[in-house]
Amino acid sequence: MAVSSTSLAGLQLGAATNAYAAPTAETASDGASSSERSISLLVNGTPKAIVVEPRVTLLDAIRDRIGLTGTKKGCDQGTCGACTVLVNGKRIDSCLTLAVMHDGDTITTVEGIAQNGRLHPVQSAFIRHDGFQCGYCTPGQIVSAVGFLTEGHALERETVQRQMSGNICRCGCYPHIVDAVLEAGGA
Amino acid sequence: MTQPLIGKAYDRVDGPDKVTGRAKYAADNALAEMVYAVVVPSAIASGRILDIDDGPASRASGVLAILTHRNAPRVDPRKNKENEADLYLLQNDAVLFDRQPVAVVVATTFEQATHVANLLRLRYEQTEPQLNMQSAKRFVPEKIFDKPGTFTRGIPIAALANSSHRVAATYTTPTEHHNPMEPHATIARWDAGRLTLYDSTQWPFGVRQRMASVFGIEGGKVRVVSPFVGGAFGSKGTAWSHVALTAMAAKVVGRPVRLVLTRPQMFGWVGHRPQTEQHVQLGAGNTGALQAVTHDVVSETSIIDEFVEPCGVFSRDLYAVRNYSMSHTLARLNVSKPTYQRGPGESTGSFAMESAMDELAYDLKMDPLELRLRNYADTSPDDGLPYSSKRLRECYTRAADRFGWSGRNAEPRSMRDGTDLIGLGMATASRSVHRAAASARFVYAPDGTLTISSATIEQGTGSPTVYAQLASELLDIPLDRVHFVWGSTDLPFAPIAAGSQTSGSLGSVVVAGATRLRDRLATGENIPSAGIVLDVSDEPTKDEAEYATQAFGAHFVEVRVDANFGTVKVERVVSAFDGGRILNAKTANSQFVGSIVWGIGMALFERTQFDSRSARIMNANLGEYLVPTNADIPDIDVSMIESDDRHVNPAGVKGIGEVGITGCAAAIANAVYNATGIRVRSLPIRPENLL
Amino acid sequence: MNPFAYLRAPDASSAMSARLRTPGAQYIAGGTNILDLMKDDVERPALLIDINSLELSRIDARDDGVLLGALARMSDVAAHATIRARFSAVAMALDETASPQLRNMGTIGGNLLQRTRCAYFRDPATACNKRVPGSGCGAIGGENRTHAILGTSDRCIATHASDLAVALVAFDAIVHIVSSQGMRTVPIRAFYRLPEATPQLENTLAPGELIAGVFLPFPPFPARSTYIKVRDRAQYEFALSSAAVTVSMQSGMIAAVDFALGGIATVPWHVPAAAASLIGQTPSTERLENAATTALEGTRGYGQNDFKIVLARRTLIRALAAVTA
Repeated sequence: MAVSSTSLAGLQLGAATNAYAAPTAETASDGASSSERSISLLVNGTPKAIVVEPRVTLLDAIRDRIGLTGTKKGCDQGTCGACTVLVNGKRIDSCLTLAVMHDGDTITTVEGIAQNGRLHPVQSAFIRHDGFQCGYCTPGQIVSAVGFLTEGHALERETVQRQMSGNICRCGCYPHIVDAVLEAGGA
Repeated sequence: MTQPLIGKAYDRVDGPDKVTGRAKYAADNALAEMVYAVVVPSAIASGRILDIDDGPASRASGVLAILTHRNAPRVDPRKNKENEADLYLLQNDAVLFDRQPVAVVVATTFEQATHVANLLRLRYEQTEPQLNMQSAKRFVPEKIFDKPGTFTRGIPIAALANSSHRVAATYTTPTEHHNPMEPHATIARWDAGRLTLYDSTQWPFGVRQRMASVFGIEGGKVRVVSPFVGGAFGSKGTAWSHVALTAMAAKVVGRPVRLVLTRPQMFGWVGHRPQTEQHVQLGAGNTGALQAVTHDVVSETSIIDEFVEPCGVFSRDLYAVRNYSMSHTLARLNVSKPTYQRGPGESTGSFAMESAMDELAYDLKMDPLELRLRNYADTSPDDGLPYSSKRLRECYTRAADRFGWSGRNAEPRSMRDGTDLIGLGMATASRSVHRAAASARFVYAPDGTLTISSATIEQGTGSPTVYAQLASELLDIPLDRVHFVWGSTDLPFAPIAAGSQTSGSLGSVVVAGATRLRDRLATGENIPSAGIVLDVSDEPTKDEAEYATQAFGAHFVEVRVDANFGTVKVERVVSAFDGGRILNAKTANSQFVGSIVWGIGMALFERTQFDSRSARIMNANLGEYLVPTNADIPDIDVSMIESDDRHVNPAGVKGIGEVGITGCAAAIANAVYNATGIRVRSLPIRPENLL
Repeated sequence: MNPFAYLRAPDASSAMSARLRTPGAQYIAGGTNILDLMKDDVERPALLIDINSLELSRIDARDDGVLLGALARMSDVAAHATIRARFSAVAMALDETASPQLRNMGTIGGNLLQRTRCAYFRDPATACNKRVPGSGCGAIGGENRTHAILGTSDRCIATHASDLAVALVAFDAIVHIVSSQGMRTVPIRAFYRLPEATPQLENTLAPGELIAGVFLPFPPFPARSTYIKVRDRAQYEFALSSAAVTVSMQSGMIAAVDFALGGIATVPWHVPAAAASLIGQTPSTERLENAATTALEGTRGYGQNDFKIVLARRTLIRALAAVTA
């Protein structure tokens, strides 16, 4: 059913009848697909210009193009959280987004959590509470915890457990992770 | 020295590296000129490859090589004898299990390589796979762990018949995959006939030996680097096919190659815990004294390999019972080769045995803890040897007290809170203790710093921390002046970091080295500029064989079962362990807690699901192969009952990485029975079992 | 990953125009579903049109309800004060979806269009009529523990994966759709299609159309609502069974009620007659059970998922009891 646009108040759809310009090279379906493009990311406060194909995930761009290997690939499917980074302050799984979708974005990886050589309170608390064993999920846990603490949730054990459940730890350090997050949050 | 360091809850020395992302795992290495390989896994579980269409793949951008059985370098069959059973190196067209490597593609970038893999088209002739342990070809393996897999003492059948109380039940456990968070990864580089591997492994020297054999070169020409390993749990104990395939690919393209398994491929060729079907019979008199135990096990193995899940190891040596028998039978299925997984045999075997003990307790109307105490073994029931130490009784008492076990109502469905049924259960934990020969180099420098090096790895157990701690205390050198160096075959030999044996093996080397160094320092000699260098080795002694060596523990668990939905929440776990001497209370606690988390996963979630028609694994990812999340894990209260064990090994440690998973699933199942009156004998316990 | 072209569309018309013009073009917003499927070689778009620049991310609380922009992130909607106060089942459904990271990425529009988690759909080595029409359904006679017991056909028994859609159906939300022809609305209850003979067709969007937003009308009476989700583990898992219920109670009587079921059907499951049977009644165990019987008429188990017939019934009764108590 067609309705008037007034019911869509608040949703700006752009010029509805815009005769879209001629296809650009990148939208042509004939082999332009692998064309690389230059993007810039502000990674841990440092501008990084990289050239990537569209199919490069943010995770692979961070690890293989920018060379920051702290962020880990645990599943590449959004089911483990080892690749958690902050994009514009929010925690996300960097394996399920494309680098080209983040041109101009601010990215914080585990390497950017400590400031001026001093561990972030979350990092110190993870060490103190032994919130890790093998350490592979740890960068994702740390970044996720830093993101969590900015989200304004209650600092209660059960809330931390639920809100940290996007990060799988196969060594089974969960109780210690909760202890660490609660302490770092000042609970 | 006033404060002993040993046992103290020191923070991990590698903690700062791990929380900042500096710790390097295999796939974090980037070599000059490195290119990327991916494995193409089979789409069928049984049959052969008929045809390969690599036309589009070979024309894709960035492609450097496509290796299949048609063109892969031949592996010398004389050198390959020992390898052909469990390495799949593209040598023929046979497909024996789902996700068997059938091709390897190499391209300039990772993205190109995955694309090339998608373009490769394989056509198969599919034969009906065997996935049923009942109808499969069965056989009795000759040995398990160098001991007979079939064993009898006394006259168990007659004793069963004469018992006033009997339990006879069959318990099953499913195929489980280790799923460490770090997928297996290998980087291979050849330089003039020498092979360097950055590999995610529990045993650098094992990888070296295997690759030397595959490629027909001397061991000295293979260098393996593996400092940080992102979890393994047994799955990285062997150099699986992809390690050799990476080296093969690097040889073909003449450049360093990185190969990382995808998560679905983690269900392919890197091992799993085999499914088991265990028939347990218990016979007891009216007092609860066990008269007989029998434990008959069928587990799966692959079409051409042999791996036994040694469940009987748990029941054989646990309680004071004269009449005992165990047997192990293997069923050949179209699955990949099973392997050790955390607490092999003892985790699965304890589910059956300790569930059966609970059934017996109910039959006797006896408290299950009391039943265990009445059958407490003061010497090994198997061979009468004394235990090197055994504080299981204290484990029961401590954990039961902290849990509040004495207030338990044994009547099923007697405790309720709203829609939740509450249940309490317990079980015994036990894990045999071994160690292996190991070595290390001690370098004591003129500036008073001590460096100990050995080719072990760090997979979360705290190796770099605990050995430095141990040496620091023994030599009275401040901890920050003791450095432990590990993670490559450039260093002295260390055994596989598995089977809870590393601390016993390498810890004993550290004790031996520290003793020798102390003696040297006592002479007052001048320390040469290169330092005092000691090459130290240690191995199990005859004296140690005079004792039964086991780690012990007890679990007490409270569950809540939603009476309408059948969902189970573990509410509380209180456990106590006798792990010998504890080197670091903090890292030890983490290993116990982690093992219990594994036990919860085993009890409630983990199960690899095969399509019964095709033998295809249908939950090969972490979204559907469920492991516990943070929200699934309650507070876990762990007590460590230390013993001053002078006999187990010079370090006095029993190894603590696995005992915590044993008995845990049974304790949960027993609690579920107490809550619901439903005895679930097949793991995992899922809502459909309890509706 | 297979190569594809990428276009960051500045506005809706450009996006739709590119989509219509380019065979194999698809939109990408949060990306959490399509990129996962692309890695599995299930989705093979020739062009990804990034619609994140479109100004469709507002959450607009109005006099008559709340308009959720299609690009509003799940976590933002879940945290919105009006959503939490007036549509708590929506907030609860979102809170129980996936993980915090994925909720920060996933969008409202994308969530409504997410594909099933059916293992056969996700595995090109197996048969799936939804992925390759005519290839067969691997789940029938296969691993189907998580599959549907309602709305199935002999071609497809895949479960609809969304929690959010279940809550939106209970609230009779309206989907706002934009196309090059203009805009239209469709009740979410009419948005999804049963698989029948064409499981590859999952909804009533025409080619090129774009979800612009979802309007949640305030219920006419003060209402309570809840969302109950049953699964194997506590978090980070799709539903085995779920129920969203909204109810208005007046002096102990059910003045208005509606509900939908999730995790058990090929589309969010809504049976108007089941809810209608409760209106004007005082809640009693028997009446709630009767309503559940009506709601679950026609269930069919496929072996491993037989238990869902009981589980779905109990889930609904629990949710109804919770909000009518």
